Amino acid sequence: MNARTTIAILAVIAAVAATGAALAQEKRIAFKDGPGLQAFQANCGTCHSLDYVILNSPFLDRAGWDAEVKKMANAFGAPISAPDQATITEYLAEHYGKR
Amino acid sequence: MTTRRQVLQWGAGAMLASGVIVPRGAAAAGDAPGFLDLPAGAVEQGDLETLAGKVPLIKRSWRPPNYETPVQYFAEDITPNRAFFVRWHLASIPEVSATNWTLNVGGPAAATPFAVNLEQLKRDFPAAEVMAVCQCSGNRRGLFVPHVAGVEWGAGAMGNARWKGARLKDVLAKAGVKPETVEIVLDGADGPVIPATPDFVKSIPLAKAMDENTLIAYEMNGEPLPHWNGFPARIVLPGWTGTYWVKQVTSIQAVAKPYDGFWMKSAYRIPTGRFPLIDRFLTQETPANTPITEMVVNSLISSVAAGQKVTAGQPLDINGVAWDGGAGISRVDVSTDGGRTWMLAELGPDHGRFAFRRFRFVATPQARGPMMVMARASNRAGAAQTFDLIPNPAGYHHNVVQRIAVEVV
Repeated sequence: MNARTTIAILAVIAAVAATGAALAQEKRIAFKDGPGLQAFQANCGTCHSLDYVILNSPFLDRAGWDAEVKKMANAFGAPISAPDQATITEYLAEHYGKR
Repeated sequence: MTTRRQVLQWGAGAMLASGVIVPRGAAAAGDAPGFLDLPAGAVEQGDLETLAGKVPLIKRSWRPPNYETPVQYFAEDITPNRAFFVRWHLASIPEVSATNWTLNVGGPAAATPFAVNLEQLKRDFPAAEVMAVCQCSGNRRGLFVPHVAGVEWGAGAMGNARWKGARLKDVLAKAGVKPETVEIVLDGADGPVIPATPDFVKSIPLAKAMDENTLIAYEMNGEPLPHWNGFPARIVLPGWTGTYWVKQVTSIQAVAKPYDGFWMKSAYRIPTGRFPLIDRFLTQETPANTPITEMVVNSLISSVAAGQKVTAGQPLDINGVAWDGGAGISRVDVSTDGGRTWMLAELGPDHGRFAFRRFRFVATPQARGPMMVMARASNRAGAAQTFDLIPNPAGYHHNVVQRIAVEVV
């Protein structure tokens, strides 16, 4: 994510707040600690709440999480660098993947 | 306060004590019984939470908001607005006011484009009403085995309401739809958080748009639409799944070639020919896959709980709702012996072929021990609910017969 994108996102959030949009109450989720947690939280929470990950667990294997992360980047345009994509996939597969 | 997780633990306890196998997920508050388990994470996260103007609904995700109707609301034929499920794809959802909303009608294949506000839409076009089920394509996705990724819905991503609005065909007539039109493209006020994400835009075949039952609805059960359900106006496409029921609709365009946006060409598609459906969306079909169209025939028992203790010799009211993609429900059969024998249920008031149809069978079990309650709906086109899941990559059209284990004591 670059600074320009960050500004764009903040602008959208401000615009939504200004129109008085009702938002759902998001609660804090205690995610499992481990390598990749920061990359996961920093990137994935921009467009959607992170409860999507808990919701979709624990049945996706590594390939399944890889497909989801790639879908976010390629189909939904999430500005996540290739190394970050790999880090996030690894984190999700390790902590929220199929056992 | 009792959390859903505690209820689960009690459910597990009851299972051990009685020897009746209760699917783990089915014991959670609000989830319909008698299906295979939701993903463990979906159960853990699926608390009852309250959006502004809504009763507590089963939370699947906060942002974008996806909330499911608890099963007890299907005890009524009409789903109350405050309990109606909530489903959004993208998280930028403006709160639209009645005074500043404008609907633009036009497109490259329209000769006389125009715009209307809410007052004009109500005044200039005759009002029509239809009772119709709005069901998410992915309703029951969470009950797929193996699980597939997405919003892990139980059985409550649906509702039945009386919709009132202008007929889309009347609005399109004023726009002068040209003969070369193949599809009508629909967009709402909601949008993506980042510009690179495809906006949620849908198209429908011209013939479906011109159907007299297709509405631009501004009333739901006699009231304005709740914000979460698309205030001030949404598309109502009776029979077809909720993906086409564009909320906060702001743009309606006639186009001469198939719309190729992400939400048509890549999302909401099913393998071509896999389901026993009648409607086809030919301008969008490929040999491999095709857009989802009408709902498959389905039913939900609303009166029986998993693990319920039923007294021998006493009546057990087995009732629920049945619906389909617009052919209309012809019959519902009920079994209390795991599907070995079936009895014809009585059908309730007919609210039209797009609405929930109540079914009821009163059983009087005699033999003590485990009992398996099932219901199977059929429609006037000769289709019936399936016993085996029809797999498809995105988890659509789950209409597997429910199996609710109770115990006769």
